[in-house]
Amino acid sequence: MNPTDYVILAAILFTIGTVGVLIRRNAIVVFMCVELMLNAANLAFVAFARQSGTLDGQAIAFFVMVVAACEVVVGLAIIVTVFRSRRSASLDDANLLRN
Amino acid sequence: MTLATLLSAQVSPATGSFHYASLLVLLPLLGAAVLLLGGRRTNTWGHLLGVAAVLGSFVVAASLFFAMVSRPSESRSIVETLYSGISVGGFSIPIAFRIDPLTICFLLLITGVGSLIHIYSVGYMEHDPNRRRFFGYLNLFIAAMLVLVLADNYALLYVGWEGVGLASYLLIGFYQERPSAATAAKKAFIVNRVGDLGLFIAIMVMFVTFGTVSFDGVFAGVSHTSSTTLNAIGLLLLLGACGKSAQVPLQSWLLDAMEGPTPVSALIHAATMVTAGVYLVARSGAIFSAASIALTAVAIVGTVTLIFGAVIGSAMDDIKKALAGSTMSQIGYMILGVGLGTKGYALGISHLLSHGFFKAGLFLGAGAVMHAMSDRLDMRRFGGLRKFMPITSTTFLLAYLAIIGIPPFSGFFTKDPIIDAAYNSGGYGWIYGVVGQVTAGLTAFYMTRIVAMTFFGPKRWEEDAHPHEAPKSMTIPQIILAVGSVGLGGLLMVGNRLPHFLAPIVGEAEAPNYLSVNTFVTLGLVLIGAGYGWYVYARNEVPLLAPAGGPLTVAARKSLYGDALNEAVFMRPGQYLTRLLVFTDNRIVDGAVNGTAALVGGLSTRARKWQNGFARSYALSMLGGAVVIAAALILVRR
Repeated sequence: MNPTDYVILAAILFTIGTVGVLIRRNAIVVFMCVELMLNAANLAFVAFARQSGTLDGQAIAFFVMVVAACEVVVGLAIIVTVFRSRRSASLDDANLLRN
Repeated sequence: MTLATLLSAQVSPATGSFHYASLLVLLPLLGAAVLLLGGRRTNTWGHLLGVAAVLGSFVVAASLFFAMVSRPSESRSIVETLYSGISVGGFSIPIAFRIDPLTICFLLLITGVGSLIHIYSVGYMEHDPNRRRFFGYLNLFIAAMLVLVLADNYALLYVGWEGVGLASYLLIGFYQERPSAATAAKKAFIVNRVGDLGLFIAIMVMFVTFGTVSFDGVFAGVSHTSSTTLNAIGLLLLLGACGKSAQVPLQSWLLDAMEGPTPVSALIHAATMVTAGVYLVARSGAIFSAASIALTAVAIVGTVTLIFGAVIGSAMDDIKKALAGSTMSQIGYMILGVGLGTKGYALGISHLLSHGFFKAGLFLGAGAVMHAMSDRLDMRRFGGLRKFMPITSTTFLLAYLAIIGIPPFSGFFTKDPIIDAAYNSGGYGWIYGVVGQVTAGLTAFYMTRIVAMTFFGPKRWEEDAHPHEAPKSMTIPQIILAVGSVGLGGLLMVGNRLPHFLAPIVGEAEAPNYLSVNTFVTLGLVLIGAGYGWYVYARNEVPLLAPAGGPLTVAARKSLYGDALNEAVFMRPGQYLTRLLVFTDNRIVDGAVNGTAALVGGLSTRARKWQNGFARSYALSMLGGAVVIAAALILVRR
C-alpha cells in the first residue's frame, strides 16, 4: 500500500481521460472521459491525504464529487437537448459557434 | 481727491421711485417676449405693444430723472440690488442696477430717441409682413441696451453688451432673404466678437487683480494697483470699445450694417449702441485716468477714426453709407473727447447726446427719402426733393446745421469744446486739435454734398420714383429730433450744465470757451468745406455715374481698404489655417483613428481563425495551456 502507486494510477486514469476527450467525437463518451479525469483527480487527492495524514484532501474529494454531480445534471441535459434537435451526439457537428 | 476715491464715495440705496428702476428693463423685455413668442396672433397689435413698452420705459426714465435732480448732487448715485445673482465663496456678481447722472443721460437718450424711432418704424415698416418681429427685436435691443448702461458691475454690463450685439445682429440681418444682409449681419457679429473678447479679458484681469468686478470695488482698488495692470485693462477695454463703436481698426462692420432697415441704422448704428464704447470709457474713467498709455491710445484711436470716417463719408454715393461714415467720424470725436481724460469725459458724453439726436434725425430723413425714391439709396439718382418733401427736407437741414457745427445748433456746442480741450491737453494734443478742425471742415463738405445731392439741384430720378411726403408717424419723430438737434446742445452746454451734472461721476470737465481763436478757425473751415461742397454738388452738374476720381476717392469708396486689410491680414491666413487644420484632421487625426481601427480589425481577422467551433480543439488548447503552466510552475519551483 504505497501512495505513489495510487498517484501513478491517477496519472494513468487522467491521461486516458484526456486522450478520450481529445480523440472521441461522441459527446457521451467525451463526457464520461471528463468524469474519468475528475475521478483521477479525486484519487490523487485521497492518496495525498492518506500520505500526509490530514483530511483536507478527502474533504476536497467530496467537493469534487458534488461538483461532478452538478456537472452531470447540466451536461447530460445539454447533450440530450442537442441530440433531440439534431439526431446526433457528435461534438464536431455542434460547431455553430465557429467564426 | 482723485477720481477713484470720488467715485467710490456716497452710494445710496434705492428709495422712492428708484424702486421702479427695474421696470425700465422689464417693460421692453416683456414686449420682446410677447412679440417674439406670441407669433402671428400678435401681428395686428404687436407694433403698438412695442411702442407702448418703450414709451413706458421712457416715462420711468423721465420720472427717475426728476427724482434725481431733486436730490443733492452728492447723493445722486443710487444702487438697487435686484437679487444676489451668482455667489461663489466670497465672490458674488449681484444683479444690481446703478442709477447715477451718467446712467440717467443714457436712459433718457435710449428710451427717448428709442420711442421716437419706434413710432417712426410703425410708419416705415407698415408694408413689411415681418413688422411684429421687427418690433420684437427693437424691444429686445432697448432692454439689452438699458441693462448695459444700468449695470452696477462689469459682468452685468457684459450681459447687456452681448445682448445689444445679438439684437444688432438680428436687426442687420432683418431682411434675411437678401444674402448681402445676412453676410453683413455675420460680419458685424464676428468683428464685434473681437472687441467683446477684449472686454471679456479685461473683466477677467479685473477679477484677478481686484477680486471683484463691481464698479465701486474696481475703482476703489485702482489707487494701489500697478500702472502696467491698469494700462493692460485700459487697452483691453479700448479694444472692446473699438469693436462696439466701430473705431479703427474694428470699423469695417458699420458700413455693411446699413443693410438693416433704416430705423435700425438710426437707433442702433447711430444714436445708441455704437456709442456704448464711449460709455464704457467714460464709465471706466477712474481706470483710464490712472493709465496714461491706455488713455493716449484712446485719444489716438478717436483721432484716426474721426478723419477716417469723414474721408469715407465724403466718397460714398449710398446715402446711408455716407451717413455711416459720418457716424464713425462723430464717434471718433466722442472717443477723442473721453480720451482726453477727466477734462474730456463729460465733453464726449455731451457730444454723444447731441449726436444721438441729430444723427437719428438724419437717418430718419434718409429713410423717408428712401421711401419716396422706391427704396433707392444712390444719391446720384436723387435731387430736387426739397419741394416734394418739405417737412423731411426741413428737419434734415436742421440736423445738417447741427452736425456741421453752425452756432447755435447742437453740434457747435458739443463738438467745439472737444477740439478746444484737445488743443489745451498739452504735449502733442495740438495734433488731435488740428485733425479735429480739418475734419470739421470735411464734415461740412460731405454733409453739404449729401444735402445738395438729395434735396437740391435738378431731378435725376429713375422712372419709377414717386416722391411724396412721409406719413405723420414718420414726420413727427423727425420734427421732434430736429427740435432736439437745434436746442439740445445749447441746453446741455450753456452754463456748463451737463458737465456739471456729470461731475460727481466723471470728474469736473474744463469749462468750454466758445470765443477762442480755435472756434473761429473751426467755423472758418466749416464754411470753406460747406461752400466747396455746395459749389461742386449744387452749382455744378452731378454726373449720374460716379466719375473715376483720384486715388483718394477710389480708396475712400472702398472704405479706405479696411475690408481688404482684414481679408489680407485675417481672412486669408485664417483660411490657410483652417485648410491646414482640415488636412491635419483628415490625414493625421482621422489617419490615426482609422489606422488603429484597421490594425485591430486585421488582428481580429487573424484571431478569429482560432474560433473554429470544434470543441475538441478548444480542449487541446486548454490542455496545452495547462501543461505549459504546470511546466512553468515545476521549473520555477525547482
